[in-house]
Amino acid sequence: MATIDTTAAPVDPDVADVYEHYRTMFLIRRFEEAAERQYKAARIGGYCHLSSGQEAATVGAVAAMEDEDLLVTGYRSHGFALARGVPPEAVMAELFGRTHGCAHGRGGSMHLLDVSRGYYGGWGIVGGQLPIATGMALSLVRRGARQAVVCELGDGAVNMGAWHESLNLAAVWELPVVFLVINNLYGMGTAVERASAEPDLFKRAAAYRMEGERVNGDDLEEVEAATSRLLERAREARRPAVLEAVTYRFRGHSVADAGLAYRTRDEIDEHRHHDPLAQTRELLEARGVPAEGLDALEHEVEDQVERAVAFAEADAPPPVDRLAAGMYAQGSEEQFERMRPGAPFGEAELVFAGGLGE
Amino acid sequence: MSGSGVAVAPAVATTDAAGAETMTYREALRLAMRQEMERDERVFVMGEEVGLFDGSYKVTAGLMDEFGPDRVRDTPISEEGFLGAGVGAAMLGERPIVEIMTLNFLLVAMDQVVNHAAKIGAMFGGEVRCPMVIRTPNGAGNQLTAQHSQSFDGWFAGTPGLKVVAPATPADAKGLLKAAIRDDDPVLVIENLPIYKEKGEVPVNPELLTPIGLAAVAREGSDLTIVSHSFATVRSLKVAEKIEAEHGVRIEVVDLRSLRPLDVETVAASVAKTNRALCVEEGWPSYGVTAELVARIQHACFDDLDAPVERVGMAEVPLPYAKELELAAMPTEDRIERAALRVLDLAA
Repeated sequence: MATIDTTAAPVDPDVADVYEHYRTMFLIRRFEEAAERQYKAARIGGYCHLSSGQEAATVGAVAAMEDEDLLVTGYRSHGFALARGVPPEAVMAELFGRTHGCAHGRGGSMHLLDVSRGYYGGWGIVGGQLPIATGMALSLVRRGARQAVVCELGDGAVNMGAWHESLNLAAVWELPVVFLVINNLYGMGTAVERASAEPDLFKRAAAYRMEGERVNGDDLEEVEAATSRLLERAREARRPAVLEAVTYRFRGHSVADAGLAYRTRDEIDEHRHHDPLAQTRELLEARGVPAEGLDALEHEVEDQVERAVAFAEADAPPPVDRLAAGMYAQGSEEQFERMRPGAPFGEAELVFAGGLGE
Repeated sequence: MSGSGVAVAPAVATTDAAGAETMTYREALRLAMRQEMERDERVFVMGEEVGLFDGSYKVTAGLMDEFGPDRVRDTPISEEGFLGAGVGAAMLGERPIVEIMTLNFLLVAMDQVVNHAAKIGAMFGGEVRCPMVIRTPNGAGNQLTAQHSQSFDGWFAGTPGLKVVAPATPADAKGLLKAAIRDDDPVLVIENLPIYKEKGEVPVNPELLTPIGLAAVAREGSDLTIVSHSFATVRSLKVAEKIEAEHGVRIEVVDLRSLRPLDVETVAASVAKTNRALCVEEGWPSYGVTAELVARIQHACFDDLDAPVERVGMAEVPLPYAKELELAAMPTEDRIERAALRVLDLAA
């Protein structure tokens, strides 16, 4: 009788997919925990919005995307970047403000991106990414591409004008975009029922004659199936949609928020009882994946996160003499030649120095 | 620092063998868009009433018939939405020209302009660009009143990440709009309502552009430099003629054309020659374009100045309706003339 390697990935394709998604979910959880520790050790600055508890919604939605599809998100974006395949080193280095961060230390936690993976940010103004995602979908239509855009937003964004304007444009222009509402029940500290006259957020799609669905955001397979169906309709029939994934964030709004002023410990504990990570692991075990294999996977991921932190720590900060790099396109240096310091009439303390036009 | 020894703006060809045609500022803008749309499939126009209606100010008249509704796209009244859609399309490599009916309405899309378009290059570490054009007219007059008579040029010109141009002539309207469309960064092209109907010679050669970041000496002189842009240049040129006729002094008018990048060198070289400066704008001067100019001039030309730099702009009130009040608020030729005579020590 042949020996069975209990640490090998499962062969059954359905189980294998969930197994790989679990790996990504576990990566996000451990990454966020590491980010919180590093933030508290003052190696990460600015705002740092963690997504622990939202892994099934994040990974399920991204798993439904094809390679050619595009992703645009708000600022709680570490999980989306990782799910889309951005290396943890590049994400952690960005949080550390280092050269090999995915935005070269210019963006930080809220402005992750990876154009090579179709991930166009990481946007920090609530709702601001919606018109942009809509325009990307317009561009896909103009060039006749069979691609779609996933635009992630939080429940707090649905009361912005940009939400209404974007949904309306997507509907009247028949654009291939799925607006993925990650409803974690609170916009910062304001509960959805206190903020939204129609707290069944997916129902708002009806105002634009658009498909609207709600799924259990803690159920990986349910999220993936719904996203997949809506993306396919967007690609094939140019029908935009709203998908509301109801989930819960275990941590505060950001690392600076304990998350207890507006919700009780009991409530948080209650949600931790159906932690999507634990649920997905149980699902895999129920489908015959040995616990040893999952333990081994978890150890691998923990090592991976440690390596990401070590990489970020060792990476160099961006050189100060390239302060303005990226701000303007190549060729702009000449346009600014008659304004910059060093030019005969430039004022020395007005900053344009440092890679302008590159 | 002295202004001596610095070259004035390099000469840029204003016409060539292909010749020039007389046309209005509005027609010159349309010619620029038509030429660039013929040249580059990625260029498309969108905005309120740009298509079927032929444009609120008829700048895009006929373009929908010529290029179809996909490339001349009518939008709902939804500035934040469609301007942001332009940002998204530009990030994927398109060359959108977003028309905003007037500068006043750009305020409802301010978040997309300042917090999004302007940030993309730097905030994402140069990984993605936003090559878009926003076209919109500023200006006051015709009793349009408080909410429709504003010039916020300085707000945008003060924003790193944006480029801002503001042509004063039909030739520059064509040349700067074309340069903006070909530019790889977000460019705000500030047009002007009263100038739309003004006529001028416009070179027809599609490759003749007005470089971004280069001012023009619109009128040469030796006794005073007036620095202005957009409609304030049109007014200042008239004042210069009148003062020369009446007082025999020669006023140089520097037309900025670009506000960001700002051609400080041409301004300073002129002031170093005339030793006197007056800055004129259509907007409110406090914290405005003229405030920036005065700061630059005092630094660049401290030893050259024979008189304090003065400025003229919109009276700092929301524009009133009554004709008499509106006129009193505007930076009219009378007010520019009075200020110029003060700087020249010729005031009665």
